[in-house]
Order: sequence, then structure tokens, then C-alpha cells
Amino acid sequence: MIVALRQYFALCGDLLYWLFAAPFRGKPWRIGHTFAQIVRIGVHAVPMSALTALTIGVVLAMQSAAQLAKLGATVYVPGLVSSSLIRELAPLVTAVIVIGRSGSSVTAELGTMKVSEEIEALEVMAIPPMSWLIVPRFLAMVIMMPLLTVFSIYVGLAGGWLISHYSLHMSTAFYVSHALQYVELRDVGIGLLKSGVFGVLVVTIACSIGLNVSGGAEGVGLATTRSVVVSLLSVFIANAVLTALFFF
Amino acid sequence: MPSSTPDSTVGEPIIEVDSLVRHFGTQKVLDGVSFKVHAGDTFVIMGGSGCGKSTLLRHLIGTEKPTSGSIKIFGQEITTMRAEALQKLRGRYGMLFQSGALLQSLTVAENVALPLIEHTQLDAGLIDTVVKMKLEQVGLTGHGHKKPSEISGGMKKRAALARALALDPPLVFSDEPTAGLDPIMTAVVDELTQRLTQKIGATVVVVTHDMNSVFRIGTRIIMLGTGPNQGRIIAQGTPEEIKAHPHPAVQQFINGDPEGGADDSGELLYRETLLGSNETGRYSRSAILSKS
Repeated sequence: MIVALRQYFALCGDLLYWLFAAPFRGKPWRIGHTFAQIVRIGVHAVPMSALTALTIGVVLAMQSAAQLAKLGATVYVPGLVSSSLIRELAPLVTAVIVIGRSGSSVTAELGTMKVSEEIEALEVMAIPPMSWLIVPRFLAMVIMMPLLTVFSIYVGLAGGWLISHYSLHMSTAFYVSHALQYVELRDVGIGLLKSGVFGVLVVTIACSIGLNVSGGAEGVGLATTRSVVVSLLSVFIANAVLTALFFF
Repeated sequence: MPSSTPDSTVGEPIIEVDSLVRHFGTQKVLDGVSFKVHAGDTFVIMGGSGCGKSTLLRHLIGTEKPTSGSIKIFGQEITTMRAEALQKLRGRYGMLFQSGALLQSLTVAENVALPLIEHTQLDAGLIDTVVKMKLEQVGLTGHGHKKPSEISGGMKKRAALARALALDPPLVFSDEPTAGLDPIMTAVVDELTQRLTQKIGATVVVVTHDMNSVFRIGTRIIMLGTGPNQGRIIAQGTPEEIKAHPHPAVQQFINGDPEGGADDSGELLYRETLLGSNETGRYSRSAILSKS
């Protein structure tokens, strides 16, 4: 545990250097690699995020409609769907999807590179693995997590609209205006801040565990599991802390 | 008697290793290793499995830090060197890993081109020409577009050799370059290594336990011991000196003799290290299957 924490903070320290100091010392970010990772980490996660967000929007609208109907207050369904999605569910669910899909993949890929001596080969070729492997993944995750979250919010709202429009017979204009009525710019800011923090946590945990894999194929498998578990726990804890911070 | 004194070859050494010690926990893997490698040498590090050959090589390329001792490459102490200075030094040597260690996400040609793209200002056309030339040198013409997963183990090794030579480094490290290769391909890789030193004037450090290769390419040889002599140099010299070395473990290793014998100090020889104690035979089928 202590060793893992030491490795994690060592990686974070190196990352800070390669993000903010190295570009001014003639070692710029690798933009091409970053775009490739944006596609792998972010763009390829779009269909899964969309499907998950849609089902969550639909379920949220159905469940809230069922309860609010008893009070004759189904008019509040759009607001409940929008505020739940923007403040809580979209950042959290997107993070869970990214952990399962991209975080695990980053750990497995780096772990396999470690055990097959590819990372050592990069070092010996005087190509810093931080610059070649870690910074592009970090930038891609930090860029794509908020974008995926915004995308999930839109798709989730569309899911809520499906129920509101076809089951509760609300017009689209009514749904949109009521959905926006209960959301402040601050909520959007908090949602995006959360997604950014989740992105940093997921990618740094995935990279730290991946870079420190040992023990061949079995080690890669164990590291991937550990990466998913630690990322999930960290994201849930961070979510609770951030919610508490902005709640009071 | 185990010997760990530097050799007496004249001239400025490319590599100087002095009293190198490395512990992993309580286990001493390298124990007072000292030697020098001179320009143009094909320096072979040999020894049985687990004697610390690959660990020694990792110290020479600077990816491992010793517990104590000194390593100088091109006259620069690398054990205390800052990361940036080490990065700069690494541009002056190439490394062929045992597994090849080609980047799986790149094609063979891209792997060979990588050091050229990273460390030179050559334009794309010239890099392409150099890559084709390097691939031709190792007999991989026409395979540049393939991914490492699409080529055989021997081809991977040759591609990795082409990558190690991409910048024409004056110093090349090679970890088990012929392991897993057929005899013809082994001879091809050995010939490439010889060509490196004879025609290009490079210095090559090879870790191997392939005795044919050792005597085919080696100009200076050291042998690391196992058992009580774990991680110590038990013999060093020219191929002829090694062939005539009186140490029984050396003779056992050269001749591939499974029986061997004990030396004057009662040293356990290679066979005992290989076979271990009787405990190694006490595995139960269920215990193994339960771990799968």
C-alpha cells in the first residue's frame, strides 16, 4: 500500500514536470500521440456512454414520473432529470464507463509493455516513457472526460424527453424549458469540475499501476483488476467529497 | 580461483565497471564485479541461468541502480548520473533486448525509424532510405510494413537488431541475441555482430550462454558464477584463455557436462544449481492445477 502510494505520487510528480516544465525545455507535448489517445480513450467510448446515458435518462424519468404522478407533479420530471444528470449522474456514470473501458485498457497496455520490455526499450532509446506514453494519455483523458460528460448529459436529457414526450405527453418546448429552469450555470460548472477530477484520478491510477506491473501475464491481469477497483473507489470517494464541498 | 580484477588490455576503455554489487533484498545477485571493455571489443558475458548476466547488463544500460560500485560508460559515471544526462548518453548506444522489445503498436519499419525520428533532423525520405538499408542488413527487406505480431521470433530479433543499429552507435548491448534462433539464423546474427566490430568499429557487449556464439564472436569473455560464487567473475580473458581455464565450473559450462565435479573449495557446480535440492521434485499435480 505504502509502496503503491509512493509510486503513485512519484508518477504525479514526474507528470507535473512533463506537463508544465518540459515543454519549456524543448520537450513539447506529443500532439499526434495525444490525438490518437483521444480517439482511443474518448471517441471509442462514445457509443457505450451514449447507450448508458440514454437508459439512465429514460429510467430516471420513468421512476420520477411514477412517484411525482401520485402528487400530481409530473411537471417537475424534466427538472429532476436535468439536475440529477448534470450535477451527479452524468459525471459519475461517465467516469464508471471510462474506468471500465479505457482505464483498464491503459493499465493492461502499459503493463504488457512493461513485462515485454517495451518501456525499458524506450528508456534505452532515450525516449522518455513519460513523454511518449503517459502525457498523451493524461491529456486525452482530461480533455475527453468532460466532453464525454457533456455528451452524456445531452443523451440522458434526450432519454428523459422520450418518456416525458411520449408517455407524459409534454411538448418538446415545455420539456426543454423546464429542464433548463432548474439548472444553474454553477451546476454545470460543478459537473464539469467533477468530471475533470475523475479524469485525472482515473488516468493517473491506471498509468501508475500499469507502469509498475511485475510478474508476466498474471501480473498484468491482477494489475488491471486492481486499477479498476482502485479507480472506482477513488472516484466514488472524490464524488462524495466534491458534492459535500459544494453542498455546504 | 575466482578472479575479479580488471583486465590488462591497453587503451582507453569504453566501459569501466568497478566493484559492482547488487542486492535484491537479502539476495546478492552481483558481487564485486570489475572489468573493462575496450573500443572494438566484442565483450561476452556468459554464465548459467540466474548468475546475474542480464542484471549486469541492465546496470550497464542504466535501467538498474547498483547497491554499490561504479560504472563508467565513455568515461562518465552512470550510477550517480542525473536522468537528463543519462538520456543524452543513451543516444550513444543501442540495445538489443532478449525478447526484441519491439513496440507492438508500430510496424517493423516504424520501430527501426523511431530512433532516427527522435534523435536526428533527417527528412522523411532519408529516414526511409536508412530504414530500408538497416532492414536489408538484417535480411528483412519487404517485411517493414508488418506489425511485430505478424513476424516470427527470429525476425523480431533481427528487426530489434536493426533498430539498435539505426543510429550507428559506437556501443551496442545485446541480451541473448541468439536465444530461440535456429542454427542458420544464429550464424547470421553472429555474423552481423562480427561485422559491427570489424567493419564499423563498434564495441559490442553480448550476454549469452550459447557457447558456439561465445567463441565465434567473443574477443574478451567473462564468466559469472552461480552457487557460492553467485554474481562473481570466476573467469575472464580471451576465448583461448577461457577454453584453457582451469576452473572446473568453467570447463563444465563450456563442455555442457551435466555431471561436472567439485573444485578445491568444495564449490557447488552448475549441475547442482540447475537441479536444486530434492524439494524441487516434490510438486503435487493438484497443487499445480489449483494455481492454473
